[in-house]
Amino acid sequence: MTSENRLDRVFGAGRKVLVTYLCAGDPSPQAHLPLFQALIDGGADVVEIGVPFSDPGADGPAIQQASERALAAGACLDDALDLAKQLKGDAALVLFGYLNPFLAYGYERLARRCAEVGIDGLLCVDCPPEEEPELRDALRARGVYPILLVAPTTPDDRVAAIAQAGAGFLYYVSMTGVTGAAFAGDEALLKRIARVRSLAGLPLAVGFGVATPEDARLVARAADGVVVGSALVRIVAEQRDDSAGSLGALTRSLRAALDSEID
Amino acid sequence: MPAVPDPRGHFGPFGGRYVAETLIPPLEELTAAWESAWADPSFRATLRGLLEDYVGRPSRLYRARRLGEQLGCHLWLKREDLNHTGAHKINNCMGQVLLAKRMGKTRVIAETGAGQHGVATATACALFGLPCVVYMGEEDTERQRLNVARMKLLGAEVRPVRSGTKTLKDAMNEALRDWVTNVRDTFYCIGSVAGPHPYPVMVRELQAVIGEETRRQLQAQGVELPAAVVACVGGGSNAMGIFHAFRNDMSVMLFGVEAAGAGLGTGRHAASIFGNQIGVLHGQKTYLLQDNKGQVAAAHSISAGLDYPGVGPEHAWLNDTGRARYLSATDDEALEATRALALSEGIIPALETAHALAALPRVIQFTGRDAHIVVNLSGRGDKDMETLVRELGL
Repeated sequence: MTSENRLDRVFGAGRKVLVTYLCAGDPSPQAHLPLFQALIDGGADVVEIGVPFSDPGADGPAIQQASERALAAGACLDDALDLAKQLKGDAALVLFGYLNPFLAYGYERLARRCAEVGIDGLLCVDCPPEEEPELRDALRARGVYPILLVAPTTPDDRVAAIAQAGAGFLYYVSMTGVTGAAFAGDEALLKRIARVRSLAGLPLAVGFGVATPEDARLVARAADGVVVGSALVRIVAEQRDDSAGSLGALTRSLRAALDSEID
Repeated sequence: MPAVPDPRGHFGPFGGRYVAETLIPPLEELTAAWESAWADPSFRATLRGLLEDYVGRPSRLYRARRLGEQLGCHLWLKREDLNHTGAHKINNCMGQVLLAKRMGKTRVIAETGAGQHGVATATACALFGLPCVVYMGEEDTERQRLNVARMKLLGAEVRPVRSGTKTLKDAMNEALRDWVTNVRDTFYCIGSVAGPHPYPVMVRELQAVIGEETRRQLQAQGVELPAAVVACVGGGSNAMGIFHAFRNDMSVMLFGVEAAGAGLGTGRHAASIFGNQIGVLHGQKTYLLQDNKGQVAAAHSISAGLDYPGVGPEHAWLNDTGRARYLSATDDEALEATRALALSEGIIPALETAHALAALPRVIQFTGRDAHIVVNLSGRGDKDMETLVRELGL
């Protein structure tokens, strides 16, 4: 009953993968579709659909406020799932959120809905591989990949164990901090990325702080993909319903930077 | 009772470590450092010395004859309100800040609701010469201005938190964000038996001195075991502290008292065990006030220290196993109990503590009359005087 997972195709295509994030329901569930569509049309390979949560403990101010805007507009997990169904194009879709809304929804129901609406992967920020194997089992049974995080603090022997519990790709957190913090891209980061990539046995996308085409180009020297979130979310904070044009422009410039990257 | 938690911090289905990957290795480091320190006689001796000479332990066990007669029981009050800084919170902070020193951490952060844990952390940091940052919801900085001033006088930086509901849960989110950013040099001193493993077990062990002393002090008075032990529960550290020494004495009934706020039927309360919804917040799986979409609900209580939408995972487990019973008291009942203790015994309790006193008539329905009942008098009411002036028309 499982069809091909688009994450396999995206990470097997031989080009650097652009992963973009916005929060579903920001600025409202009525207005979010064209904003997400602009990411895909601008050349994003993977779109992370953020699920708004009252207590986004791993996020910096930009995504916290996106979550608050979405909740104030009445958004919930079902809006994120409906959005996935409406998006056009062949980008892979990843649901990105915190555990409690997933727990309240029910793991079986969530996995079934994910498969129905074309979600390829699910990343749960506050669920390390030691907890909730039921969630990952339910997702895998429906062909949805559990995406796991690796951090700068993760010791080598843990990287392989995390990769074992995940599928599709690993999300490497570029720094100790919250999303949207100032980017510290240097040779040391590239070395860490290369090391984790060699241990993981899964493609590696790198996020947290990656904001500009220059950041993306640098990270892509060592990683399989780059994740840009807060920089896009800040556009929505300023331009609200009218963000599509600017979102598309930033996505295209990120795409161009990755395509010009020479290994 | 079987020993809990398991090595990964689970109390049955509760507890665990629900945090982003960045914090997992630091939590492993903290767990190893804590276990080694707690097994080290010299660490224990240093801590014991500080608790005696600086905090003023053992705290007194006082026979409250007048209030006991009014209620129809032999009432004993464990006087944690007489500790340095005025509450049980300091027991935990002395241990955690001593551990921070031992781990070579150079900076301490904390969250606080009523400000009691913030003051206790600031106090311990002043004593050990460590810089201290306390996160406090903006709403709480306004209703607990005196504690903000105390923290500042003790050299701590108080950072008001303006996100979410601007109360304790948001202060804890912000402290976790600070920790994840500064994880290599910073020690996060959590104030309750809450958060990711090892905090619930570590804070329980550091507070268990309350129950151990109570047991000895009762026996010295010829009371082999009490019929019941009663404590208020927000996160639940003073309750775990007094419960733990009695956990295997099955004749001793354990009662936790949650904050019923404006009333359990109003939806404006902080009684998460009563709410009976399991959820995940701040690194732990536990009973959590939330809507049907899994969004965390705002808690409501007249006492800022109980104003938390979750509860320590061991309390969730004690509830499910039936070892402890959880009652609740409303804002009005807590105010009335505050007045009753002040008039009958000359003791002004913290509003948090008053919830435990307010539940005594219901506790006596379980024990029968003339039973020996211990209440953990977890804090003193000085910090609540502005609220009391307003609510009681003083």
